[in-house]
Amino acid sequence: MTGRVTEATAGVRRLRRAGFPELLRQIHDPPRVLYLRGAGEVELLARPAVAIVGARACSPYGSQVARMLGRELAAVGLVVVSGLARGVDGEAHRGALEAEGVTVAVLGCGIDRDYPAAHRDLARRICERGLVVSEYGPGVEPAPWRFPARNRIIAGLTAATVIVEARERSGALITADFALEDGREVFAVPGEITGSLAAGTNRLLRQGATPLTSAADVLEVFGLGVLPASQPPTLGENATRVLELLAESPATADELARATGFDAGPLAAALTELELAGLVGEADGRYRGVRPPN
Amino acid sequence: MLARTTTHALVGLDARRVEVEAHLQNGASAFAIVGLPDRACQEAKQRVRSGIMSAELHWPKRRLTVNLAPAELRKEGSGFDLPIALAVLAASRQVTEESLRGHAAVGELALDGRVRPVNGVLAAAEGAKQQGLSRLFCAAASAPEAALAGIEPVPLHHLAEAASYLRGEWQPKPFEEPPELPAPGGLEDLADVRGQERARRALELAAAGGHNLLLGGPPGTGKTMLARRLPGILPPLTREEALEVTRIHSVAGLLPPGRPLVTGPPFRAPHHTASAPAIVGGGSGPRPGEASLAHRGVLFLDELAEFPRPTLEALRQPLEDGVISIARVEGRALFPARFQLVAAMNLCPCGARGDPSAECRCSAQRLSAYRDKLSRALLDRFDLLVTVPRPRAVELAGAPAEASDRVRERVVMARERLRHGRLSRSEAADELLSRAVERLPLSARGRARVARVAATVAALAESEQVDLEHVAEALSFRTPNELAAAA
Repeated sequence: MTGRVTEATAGVRRLRRAGFPELLRQIHDPPRVLYLRGAGEVELLARPAVAIVGARACSPYGSQVARMLGRELAAVGLVVVSGLARGVDGEAHRGALEAEGVTVAVLGCGIDRDYPAAHRDLARRICERGLVVSEYGPGVEPAPWRFPARNRIIAGLTAATVIVEARERSGALITADFALEDGREVFAVPGEITGSLAAGTNRLLRQGATPLTSAADVLEVFGLGVLPASQPPTLGENATRVLELLAESPATADELARATGFDAGPLAAALTELELAGLVGEADGRYRGVRPPN
Repeated sequence: MLARTTTHALVGLDARRVEVEAHLQNGASAFAIVGLPDRACQEAKQRVRSGIMSAELHWPKRRLTVNLAPAELRKEGSGFDLPIALAVLAASRQVTEESLRGHAAVGELALDGRVRPVNGVLAAAEGAKQQGLSRLFCAAASAPEAALAGIEPVPLHHLAEAASYLRGEWQPKPFEEPPELPAPGGLEDLADVRGQERARRALELAAAGGHNLLLGGPPGTGKTMLARRLPGILPPLTREEALEVTRIHSVAGLLPPGRPLVTGPPFRAPHHTASAPAIVGGGSGPRPGEASLAHRGVLFLDELAEFPRPTLEALRQPLEDGVISIARVEGRALFPARFQLVAAMNLCPCGARGDPSAECRCSAQRLSAYRDKLSRALLDRFDLLVTVPRPRAVELAGAPAEASDRVRERVVMARERLRHGRLSRSEAADELLSRAVERLPLSARGRARVARVAATVAALAESEQVDLEHVAEALSFRTPNELAAAA
């Protein structure tokens, strides 16, 4: 396989179809070539991989779920594949990097572009261990029609695709369609039936996608066991009480103060403790547990 | 015949001594003012002539030249009317020049000879005092302000009084310091704010530590209401601070009548359409901007992201140095601007973000454009960032919360503790701070700010040292994840 890798331009490798990983070769319409950059080996494309995709304008909940999945799936050695877009995609990449795992970004533009520009730094960090890949050679501009085409590669590289949040007619649904066509596993994260950000994922669920309730659901597909139990951090009394409440539903600091009877000071201290332990996240003034309750 | 009086021109807040020379020569009746007067000062001719005639004094029908020295300094405003009139009276020997010795003068003349107050009397009086002058002619309404500088005012209602005083025929009533007025009432009270415990806590910390505060949240959740209540929980100004603030407000002409000394911390809330010079100060004869008017008080920027970026960046210098320096051809004007910055903003352009009952429809591009307005450097200067969520109906129906007076007592005590020197940090607190710097996007400045807020938390808790829980609370007010991720 390595023999077919050629250097296209500085730092960019070119992979012909014959050198594609098995899964990608099987799809209905595989690309002719794949350009790669980054420090990762070509072989890592053949490793067990999972795609995590979703809305660009996602909710705080969506971004926390994407990051948690990216982190937990990468931690057990799966390659996390996504599209480097804002929102869910970016969070999935970041989660994988947090776990010091390997992640692959598939671009919808020339291999030499970092698109969106805001994710230039993220792309650089992905390249440290993983790969950025594209079917387009250097210099190709991003164009709306290239992104759906890119999605078939994301689905094609992976055995399972997770849709975190998607509106009706979202690009992430195209990825799901490709995955279904190619006979791959499709997971959707259930959302509120009243929110438009869950309209796409809930439709997928109705059509038979597997509801995702924790990272373990995905691991089953790969025959991997549950995550190695991490040492539960020792929490203070206040923090434990706050975590119990947050396991029920997200809440603002003021709501927590009322429910616990804590003063604003000690409550803030408890929230910081939980945040530093990686158990709670805050966005737009609402705190929520970032791990499914045991 | 030549005669002189002394007055002061303001460069920024500095009073520069100006000699007013009036020279009468034989020749056809004429009146010229030289020495770089501006339009208002040039028009003194008409006011002075009418004023002198209305005071039933004699207007010399000869060739009259008035020179304002030093000639290269621009003279602005109508405060030169009174000194010019006095110099003319002395030059025409209606009063003696000796009687003017040791006196400075500042004031505008009405056509009927009445003396009107002008801006910047405190600064002018301080300048006169420094130069060893003992008395200042000014409008009666300005007398209490002049007295603050420790100079004896000669309060005038009418130009005629000045003439009789100089002839030794009339003495003004000895000036009495007006009784100390209570702080202006009607300040909005924190008791009106229902719920919002976390935001109230942030406000209290901001007051106790003089921290800059950014309030984020959907519209209508009380961000502005909270910010307006900050001055009410700040300690009153010391005499020294009050004089600094009064000097600036006097130059800007903002002193309310009958209240010569600003005793409470000022609160300034410029609209986001205000220009950069209006906020940081500027103009040809530099004037204090809103940032200086908020000196020793609160500068409140509502809808922070709507302010033009250059305006916001211009605020970074005063936030760091507490002073605004404006360079002009005639020299540099320094305006103190040690204010506390409080800002409020929505979490997205449409405002729905953070509101559980609404859905944000902003595109990713609009959202990032909105956040890009605030540079990382500016965000770094906020010590406390707090999201103000939409309160539930039960909170709004709840009992009135703690009143401003009680909060202020705690604030005053905490400030006292903080003044007595730095509180040391416990080992556990230090360790948490270092751990947080690793985990969170905290710059070196961000770390220092968290440490300062932690000291304030400890001072409010009447603790002897900064402990773990104090640092933990300070950390909970750091840059919200959302804003940090956008940078």
